[in-house]
Amino acid sequence: MTQFLDISGLCARIDADGQEKEILKGVDLSIPPGEVHAIMGPNGSGKSTLSYALAGREDYEVTAGSITFQGKNLLEMEPEERAAAGLFLAFQSPIELPGVNNANFLRTAVNAVRRARGQDELDAVTFLKTARAAAKELAMAPDMLKRNVNVGFSGGEKKRNEVLQMTLLQPSFAILDETDSGLDVDALRIVAEGVNRLRSPGFSALVITHHQRLLDYLVPDRIHVMANGRIIHSGGPELAQQIDREGYTRFLAEAEAA
Amino acid sequence: MNAITKDRSDTLAPFGSRLDGVTDPVRKAAIGALHRSGLPDRRVEEWRYTSLRFLTETPLAAPVEVYDAGQVQAQLETLGLTTGPLADVPRVVFVNGRYAAPFSVLPSEVDVSFFAKTQTFGTLSCPDRDPLTALNTVLAGDGAQLHVPAGKDGGHVLLVSLGQTDAPVSFHPRHAVVLDEGAKFTLISIQAGQGRYLHNPVLEISVAAQANLKHVTLQAEGEAAACLATTYAQVAEHGTYDSFVLGLGGALSRQEIHARLAAPFATVHVNGAQMLAGKQIGDVTSVISHAAPDCTSRQTVRNVLDGHARGVFQGKVFVDRVAQKTDGYQMNQALLLSENAEIDAKPELEIYADDVKCSHGATVGALDDDQLFYLRSRGVPNAEARQILIHAFMDEALGLIEDEMARTLCIRMLARSFPVAGESA
Ligand SMILES: Nc1ncnc2c1ncn2[C@@H]1O[C@H](COP(=O)(O)OP(=O)(O)OP(=O)(O)O)[C@@H](O)[C@H]1O
Ligand SMILES: [Mg+2]
Repeated sequence: MTQFLDISGLCARIDADGQEKEILKGVDLSIPPGEVHAIMGPNGSGKSTLSYALAGREDYEVTAGSITFQGKNLLEMEPEERAAAGLFLAFQSPIELPGVNNANFLRTAVNAVRRARGQDELDAVTFLKTARAAAKELAMAPDMLKRNVNVGFSGGEKKRNEVLQMTLLQPSFAILDETDSGLDVDALRIVAEGVNRLRSPGFSALVITHHQRLLDYLVPDRIHVMANGRIIHSGGPELAQQIDREGYTRFLAEAEAA
Repeated sequence: MNAITKDRSDTLAPFGSRLDGVTDPVRKAAIGALHRSGLPDRRVEEWRYTSLRFLTETPLAAPVEVYDAGQVQAQLETLGLTTGPLADVPRVVFVNGRYAAPFSVLPSEVDVSFFAKTQTFGTLSCPDRDPLTALNTVLAGDGAQLHVPAGKDGGHVLLVSLGQTDAPVSFHPRHAVVLDEGAKFTLISIQAGQGRYLHNPVLEISVAAQANLKHVTLQAEGEAAACLATTYAQVAEHGTYDSFVLGLGGALSRQEIHARLAAPFATVHVNGAQMLAGKQIGDVTSVISHAAPDCTSRQTVRNVLDGHARGVFQGKVFVDRVAQKTDGYQMNQALLLSENAEIDAKPELEIYADDVKCSHGATVGALDDDQLFYLRSRGVPNAEARQILIHAFMDEALGLIEDEMARTLCIRMLARSFPVAGESA
């Protein structure tokens, strides 16, 4: 128990066209305050499913286990309550919202969260100033704020827009689901810096990635290997190089034997 | 072979003796047609999705001529026509189908006359084909006839129809709009009211060569009212008829429009949106006829349906043999907010020319779960997230209203009739 984020024995399934499919099969994971952890693992092992279960997506049904976040039972909270409590998920595939202006969307989100946290709402001018400055730090083109949310954005632009949302919503715990995929080298560094800026004793992150490169910029405290709906191995930052060299075969074999 | 002449006059019982004693030849012809057709039931193809049964169950009297001026003033205020930029717009106001001079401000650039005086019917309507037009033709008592002379800009005019009644009544205004060559005009029609009534207007529109008419209709009838409106528009060479209908009110409404592109390079837009809840029925029916080459027609209609509401879209695009190089587009989209809401969509293309570009389509769907979750994961509460997505859907339709004043009015009225958070389950 870390008193920050504790996931214990988490099982989750989805209803895939009438077929119930077990995806998470007992995930145990604790993240202490102020730490950045990474999850690596083969495609389809359940990493995104874990992130959805944390964020509260309804179609991912939790069947066993618990998630405690800062002393609260996360599983009893609505997605918007989790956001207000400080949880943020950067989506692996950000959603397009046709007809919804990006700046309005960001302001609505920021003010909804501020309201829920008992803070004053930001007026349009103050907000726009903050948003423009944050966008600039992420090297986003100024017109990104005027366009519809993610509509027609390139893959990398969508990922940066996720990081922009994270910056503005000021979470205490961020899950970045493959935010590095589809980013060019410069963007990767900018995004990593975006996360590093938030690093503080009051901020933790769970970074899901397939690439060691991101972890060079964003050195994690721990790395976990996920396979088949479970965390099968955990280690220090050096694990990334090992996975890069050897793949997952050895961890899978060890897990099989255990 | 049909040896027995059909007579469906029993369906006209609600109008009682109001249909008797007609002498005018146009009205006489119309009543002949009406006795044959009766009020259509759902066996008639054009009325397959919209039943008029609830109309035929109650007697509909002629409205009394006196009205409550205080109530009219209040209705105009509620519609937002007495403050802001709309307050200065000339207006022709009808109460229960009769011209209400004290509330009207006639425009200076547009000639205005009244059907009550002129008793002239236009030539565009089809009483023997369209029973609701026949009914109007028999019972029409008043209406505005607006004429914009050649080359003139008629500016904006509000054509307001208010119903106010305790007992069930019906009124059948007969309006006409004529734009001479090169004229410009923006007409904002507003249909609203309180009480149980049938509003059955017919509007004939003639747009001459090079003329441009923008026409926005806001249907915000009372919740117990029925509005069965028919518009006939004819557009000449290089003329434009750009229309939009926003349907919000009424227990039953049908906005039927027949638009004819009569000469080359004419343009017609028959756009619209409706947002309905409860047990409302809203019908958008259109026939767009390309009767000349090189014409363009556009139609986008969006529906948001909550509760047990039902939307109907019947859109026919007819392209005559001579109408080569026709450019036609038609799209109907529906967002269903509840499991009990329904849309019946019947898009139809009937094309006899071989060199045309015509496309049409229809979509139906619920709010997107991924989009909802995305918004909620950013802290936006469920009810607010739903509203954002519904707004986004409607905004794309309202964006088709070119005239800013009309668009602002529609956006405001739409926001007001937004579904109450969580109403749909
Ligand atoms: N909505 C769904 N319908 C059907 N199957 C699903 C659904 N969501 C997830 N799955 C399945 O669950 C398994 C885990 O998926 P998940 O997206 O969590 O994997 P992942 O570890 O994030 O993979 P990747 O590295 O490719 O992103 C996969 O087999 C996937 O096909
Ligand atoms: Mg994934």
